[in-house]
Amino acid sequence: MAFTTEQLTIMDSIIARYPKSRSAIMPLLHYVQSIDGYVTSTGIEIIAEKLELATAEVTAVSTFYTQYKPEPVGEYHVGVCTNTLCAVMGGDAIFAAVKEHLGIENDGVTADGKVSLEHIECNAACDYAPVVMVNWEFYDNQTVESVKSLVDGARNGNPPAPTRGPKTLRTWKENSAVLAGLSDGLAGEGVSAGEPSKLGLKISRGN
Amino acid sequence: MTKLTPVLSAHWDEADSFTIGAYKRHGGYGAVVKALEMEPDAVIQLVKDSGLRGRGGAGFPTGMKWGFIPQGDNKDHYLVVNADESEPGTCKDMPLLMANPHVLIEGIIIASYAIRAGYAFIYIRGEVTHVVRRLQAAIAEAYAAGHLGKNIQGKGYDLELVLHVGAGAYICGEETALLDSLEGFRGQPRLRPPFPAIAGLYAKPTVVNNVESISSVPSIINNGAEWFSAMGTEKSKGYTLYSLSGHVANPGQFEAPLGITLRELLELAGGIRPGHQLKFWTPGGSSTPIFTAEHLDVALDYEGVSAAGSMLGTKALQVFDETTCIVRAVLRWTEFYKHESCGKCTPCREGTWWLVQILRDLEAGIGTAADLDKLLDVVDNIMGRSFCALADGAASPIISSLKYFREEYMQHLTTGGCPFDPVASTVFATAGSR
Repeated sequence: MAFTTEQLTIMDSIIARYPKSRSAIMPLLHYVQSIDGYVTSTGIEIIAEKLELATAEVTAVSTFYTQYKPEPVGEYHVGVCTNTLCAVMGGDAIFAAVKEHLGIENDGVTADGKVSLEHIECNAACDYAPVVMVNWEFYDNQTVESVKSLVDGARNGNPPAPTRGPKTLRTWKENSAVLAGLSDGLAGEGVSAGEPSKLGLKISRGN
Repeated sequence: MTKLTPVLSAHWDEADSFTIGAYKRHGGYGAVVKALEMEPDAVIQLVKDSGLRGRGGAGFPTGMKWGFIPQGDNKDHYLVVNADESEPGTCKDMPLLMANPHVLIEGIIIASYAIRAGYAFIYIRGEVTHVVRRLQAAIAEAYAAGHLGKNIQGKGYDLELVLHVGAGAYICGEETALLDSLEGFRGQPRLRPPFPAIAGLYAKPTVVNNVESISSVPSIINNGAEWFSAMGTEKSKGYTLYSLSGHVANPGQFEAPLGITLRELLELAGGIRPGHQLKFWTPGGSSTPIFTAEHLDVALDYEGVSAAGSMLGTKALQVFDETTCIVRAVLRWTEFYKHESCGKCTPCREGTWWLVQILRDLEAGIGTAADLDKLLDVVDNIMGRSFCALADGAASPIISSLKYFREEYMQHLTTGGCPFDPVASTVFATAGSR
């Protein structure tokens, strides 16, 4: 599907952030995902045209990075950390249970297109293990039961709020726009820091 | 009495700590005023005098790195902040940016001024939407307040700051891969020399610093080099963020002078989870050789950890108790390195693949004692044979685990499988007692 004039103008504004246009390729790919949900061939062609590159050059970049999806993902993309620490603390059990619960495998999408699943690497929240990300928002200290109810909520269009994030979980496309550098005005929502982040501070105040 | 010294984390318990209002309430953007009154070289000298060393893993002196940028060369200079935090176990920069993004922005202005950069970039990993929001909003606030853009605070200094969001590639935490990625290419490491200080971003002189390193700069400008260097140990100066995770009663972030020990940190974290004992831990992420209970009193500074056979790294202390299978842990880390190997250098690309195959067999109880030697042989053939240190990182858990737990590997072979119950190591297993 062709992009609208407004969308093309936004792409120009993304390119204008950089001293050299090619640097805009990553935010532009995030932006394409915010419109199409994944990296479409149309998106690749438009980026190539805008940056005066061959489509193969854009595809080469797109396929290097795991956040750029070659196929559609769910409206809610669930990532379960199964790197060593989270895996040991329960991530492996969570991932196995959610696969079974949804009836999909790694990189799978539910038939209704609502939820997709992926095992992810360390997401820099180890003091909140086991960690689950949905549309790259933090769901801390998860259990098998909490993640089952999380994905059930997502399928019903009513997912719980992230532990450290906005009051309402936004969709994959909406969050992709944030990653492209477009503000959604939600930075003020949510906690400053979770309890583990504040533990050292708390102890130092008490002494 | 504790040894804790919250500086970067001093106000994370305030509900609006991430706003410019909260930051200014505590004296924020005062350091920039002071720095812009100074000559750029004097700022570099002050940071050199403080003894600040890179907090992203390598521990290179920050002021010296700034001093490598050629001056008067009529070239554009760039500052690039590495916020790609992806080393397994490392979880300090993301909470810092979520709760206090302005301290990084203030540090960026000062550092850019010192190295005479007109453009600065923050390269943040892409899997942290809310942290991205907080930074976006903070940058917008800083522009609106006249701390960024043209003629900053009326001092005639111009600086543009761009937030660049990655897309899921551990290798982009390596500084030259990060630069390639920021230029719009696949994130693959470059051959050095030339180093980024001579030919970095767009082949121009570039400083690449970790989030925590740059965020430490405003406090040094405000309080002086002596204040900073009075903390820490002889060659490891200042305060830093230690991140405790895993089988401890209360995991979290602890800002303390360099040189604190795990024994002291565990005391603050309430010890190992009830009813269990420490088995092994990483001092600074999965790429740093593991330690055991015999290392509880190692001073966690650059020299202390190094003398004990590991690296301070990112001060990411991942703690595992006796319920954890060492082979499972090492296999999972190795799978990570295989997945994240960018594929450029053959020893790393192929070697990490073979390491995974061997370790999978070992965990399943298939194989022989000779496979343990084969692991070490493969490791020996990938270490130091690639453009970057990813393969060296992959080698660390394997070499160190075989050093301390060779018997446990053998046990998998004699019992024909893993002798551990994975349920026992989960938090669910102790949910009642937490």
